[in-house]
Amino acid sequence: MSGSAVVMMIVAMVVIWGGLGLAVVNLSRYSGEEPGEAPRDL
Amino acid sequence: MASPSEAAHPPEAHRGAFSSRRVFILAAIGSAAGLGNIWRFPYVAYENGGGAFILPYLVALLGAGIPFLLFDYAIGHRFRGSAPLSFRRMSRTGEMLGWWQVGICAVIGVYYAVIIAWALRYTIFSTNEAWGDDPNGFLFGEFLQVADPGIGLDFVPGVLVPLILVWVVVLVILGLGVQRGIGAASVVFIPLMIVAFLALVVQALFLPGAAQGLNALFTPDWAALADTGVWAAAFGQIFFSLSVGFGIMITYASYVGRRTDMTGSGLVVGFSNSAFELLAGIGVFAALGFMAQANGVSVDEVATSGLGLAFIAFPAIISEAPAGALIGVLFFGTLVLAGITSLISVIEVVISGVRDKLDLSRTAATLAVVVPSGLVSVLLFATTTGVPILDTIDYFINRFGIVLVAVVTVLVVTWAYRELPDLRAHMNLTTSFPLGRWWMVLVGGLTPLVLTFILVQEFRDALAEPYGGYPAWLLTFLGWGSAVGVIVFAIVAALLPWSKRTRLDKPASLVTVTSDRSSGKAER
Repeated sequence: MSGSAVVMMIVAMVVIWGGLGLAVVNLSRYSGEEPGEAPRDL
Repeated sequence: MASPSEAAHPPEAHRGAFSSRRVFILAAIGSAAGLGNIWRFPYVAYENGGGAFILPYLVALLGAGIPFLLFDYAIGHRFRGSAPLSFRRMSRTGEMLGWWQVGICAVIGVYYAVIIAWALRYTIFSTNEAWGDDPNGFLFGEFLQVADPGIGLDFVPGVLVPLILVWVVVLVILGLGVQRGIGAASVVFIPLMIVAFLALVVQALFLPGAAQGLNALFTPDWAALADTGVWAAAFGQIFFSLSVGFGIMITYASYVGRRTDMTGSGLVVGFSNSAFELLAGIGVFAALGFMAQANGVSVDEVATSGLGLAFIAFPAIISEAPAGALIGVLFFGTLVLAGITSLISVIEVVISGVRDKLDLSRTAATLAVVVPSGLVSVLLFATTTGVPILDTIDYFINRFGIVLVAVVTVLVVTWAYRELPDLRAHMNLTTSFPLGRWWMVLVGGLTPLVLTFILVQEFRDALAEPYGGYPAWLLTFLGWGSAVGVIVFAIVAALLPWSKRTRLDKPASLVTVTSDRSSGKAER
């Protein structure tokens, strides 16, 4: 593989798979704080 | 996550609901990750700039794909109904939009099932490489027995039997309901699909020539970024692959607990879909690199997409690769799993619409939708004349069905009903990721602009030359006919009365419901 192809493959992996990782972390963090039955302040 | 008392809330239980946010996310990923992720994305990326494609692709994902996904979620989650009911609750005149989407799903369902049936058959063919040394001749000759374009009733048993099996599976899953059927199937199938595909990718990466394939896929062609066609391809890929704009995500979102973080879930679903696509690109091009090397040709001579990739190129790879049978079972098995989870989401849009309109039980609505769909599917596509019909309907309903209804819906909701501020406020009630005004600009402005551009281009292409070289009657009656037919269906369905038991008023917003819950005020 050429250098530019390797770089773009890594960029794609980091951005898309990393983006998925961040999205999962964001969501799982939030559920910890989710107010059960209590009305939510706006 | 839905609290126990929320899940047991009588009106919600009546419609059906996912038991948790996790199940909803898996079901939504199941719907989004379909055949297009595996056989469309790799070639689109390769053709449109290779490694450089990641830039327009990301812009399309973040600028239009995820915002549109959240738009669908917001409608279903806010209005708590199938597509027709949600739009009817949004506006008295909106119902037609929902039925238009239902009609499109009904049409897609009948032919999508056929491709799954083929993949099912090829999973078995892989074990003994039944295609011999001529996968192309085998596919169209021995297996599909393709005749000249026409409509006939010469059944092909090799397609008929697996097709009936697919419809029986769909009937069982959808008959079991939202959680026990769709939810349970997704919880089992999606992890299984990911594991199977990972195994396939690992195996493909060890094939000689794999690096050559990846090199072809990822070598950037920066000049491609100056081409509007490449940007249109990126938006088109994101749009088709996410299953947005034709009712699926509205329907699924209506089954989700009222306090679920929909925006955060949408980000996970959107990125999961792309993550799977990228994985598919790596696996497919590693395998294509092997095939190119084995035949002493360059990758561009073997690179292809769609049916040709799955049913002609892959069989050739399976025949030549070490442990080819295993590659075949994993590849076609993944196609079946990805296809089934998408098919049930498409059919559920129809069932949900019928259920809300007539207030039928789950079993009655499932039978009323799945049995006729299965019959049409078998009569039209399990025959020697099925392939040209399938190809034609697929081409037209994607462009002049899905893209068109998406543009019209987003324009009407934004500019006629002016619902975006309300939808945004709804999404921001319970969220880890608040939507700013930028979301309204992306959904109401950028997305319809880009989709209209794509639509005009497709329209010009379709008029310039007859698609696939098929006869005019086929293109007119089944191609344009299916695109226009779903609109006629929508108008008629919208004129029919609702069951008196279906509440058509706008559900109270979350804040009101929370304070009214103790008094037992129901939303429908």
